Amino acid sequence: MNNPIQNVMEKIKTWARTNSPWAIHFNSGSCNGCDIEILATLTPRYDVERFGIKLQGSPRHADVLICTGPVTLQARDRLVRIYEQMPEPKFVVAVGSCSISGGVFDGCYNVVGDISEVIPVNVYVPGCPPRPEAIIYGIEQLLKTLQP
Amino acid sequence: MPRQKSERFIVPIGPQHPALKEPGHFEFTVEGEVVTNATARLGFVHRGMEKGAESRTWTQDLYLMERVCGICSHVHSMAFVLGVEKLANVQAPPRAQAIRELVAELERIHSHILWLGVAAHEGGFDTLFMFSWRDRETVMDLLETISGNRVNYSANVLGGVKVDINERQKDELLRGMDFLEERTRHYLKVVTEDDTFLGRTRNIGVMTFEEATRLGAIGPTGRASGLLRDVRMDSPYAGYPDFPIQIVTAKAGDLEARFVVRIKELFESYRLVREIVEKIPSGDLTTKIPRRIPEGETVSRVEAPRGELFYYIKSNGTDRPERVKVRTPSLCNCASVLTTAIGHKLADMPMILAGIDPCFSCNDRMVVLNGPAGQSLWDWEKLRQYGIEYYKK
Ligand code: SF4
Repeated sequence: MNNPIQNVMEKIKTWARTNSPWAIHFNSGSCNGCDIEILATLTPRYDVERFGIKLQGSPRHADVLICTGPVTLQARDRLVRIYEQMPEPKFVVAVGSCSISGGVFDGCYNVVGDISEVIPVNVYVPGCPPRPEAIIYGIEQLLKTLQP
Repeated sequence: MPRQKSERFIVPIGPQHPALKEPGHFEFTVEGEVVTNATARLGFVHRGMEKGAESRTWTQDLYLMERVCGICSHVHSMAFVLGVEKLANVQAPPRAQAIRELVAELERIHSHILWLGVAAHEGGFDTLFMFSWRDRETVMDLLETISGNRVNYSANVLGGVKVDINERQKDELLRGMDFLEERTRHYLKVVTEDDTFLGRTRNIGVMTFEEATRLGAIGPTGRASGLLRDVRMDSPYAGYPDFPIQIVTAKAGDLEARFVVRIKELFESYRLVREIVEKIPSGDLTTKIPRRIPEGETVSRVEAPRGELFYYIKSNGTDRPERVKVRTPSLCNCASVLTTAIGHKLADMPMILAGIDPCFSCNDRMVVLNGPAGQSLWDWEKLRQYGIEYYKK
């Protein structure tokens, strides 16, 4: 990438990405515990929007995929599809013990396993469920790695 | 001009969709704006927990069952321990029972406020969503001071509880209840007086008493249609014989009634929490329980925030259960959504869906299959390939 214009463009893109990542949330079999904590990060006490993080509906607009729960047989294809629908570059944050190892659900017959068995994961946030602060910290860690 | 042929569309919603935080797939058939048919396909979060429970010990199952659902985790573990205690013929001490009830009511508070926020959000009233969730943090803090975790408190153990409350926590509880009561009074005013909001709730999604009986609606959804059904009253468990509740019902059966019933139940929970804090019996927290549960089968029912929760437990005398069957309230109420949906505008769907406070992770331990599938069938690979090609351009 020697073209100076391209260089500048890349810099602008990175700047935009790290200052306002848009996230999408998918539950592939979680118990809801993690999901309500993710929702709680949007609400006034934690308020992730102050970091420019926005949760929204369509995978086509998202930079970050926030996954919760182990992957069930039924949700696996959906998860892969949502991941494929996201534009490049894309990042995955796995929230909760389940998404790291299968958690308590490990070994249940309908559970494929953790998220990383299906799609690549960038950041793991441990906890059952992790506190909202931990989730925010996890996303912030991801953003830090994107900084040039 | 020739009369326009009425056009029927099928609008698929989900499984990943912005309205609900959990995967569920709905198909609404619409004619113009009006919904004429609705079907649901659940099962995306089916994990096979009942089967999994059979290969874990009784104690391990306690933690597994708590994670059937994160929103109402305590009632799940409570239904499970009450059932196992019945099988083992053990009675938890009175203080433990009271603490179980206390945590259950706190959980109900958190769940109802959560619902209030989510339902308001579906109605496009985000201010109420933000406010109610801010206030919900109060009860989350209380749960955290008592149990050490915000969700999945694991307050229960077989034969008792593992958390206790001291004087300082009692003070905090009372203060929290005062604050929440004042806020809740405000919310009651908002949902019954705000014109814009009433436009979306009054006379929408009406379910009459007869219909509610026929469809077997339970919990606040049924109570909003005048059904007198509450396990806490019908067959009191844990601490409820000592600290009874008063049942809250409404007549109208529309969305507004569901809001009002839930909010009034909050007041009831505040009163109960205060009463328990003041009169909590002293004594032990646990009793001994054998590692191998005697042979037998039992049914245990508790009232979850969303309605009756039912557990069937069978033991074969070993340290593992032979069968655990769970039936959750959302499943019973699902039929009511699909019926009340018909005849309403598509725009009202999220509200009606949210009206029963659906909780799919509870539900999806079983698989419900859709009727006849769509006409033009594409297999998954083809669709995915199409999607990739389409967006490459
Ligand atoms: S990590 Fe815990 S809270 Fe999160 S989905 Fe798994 S069981 Fe639920």
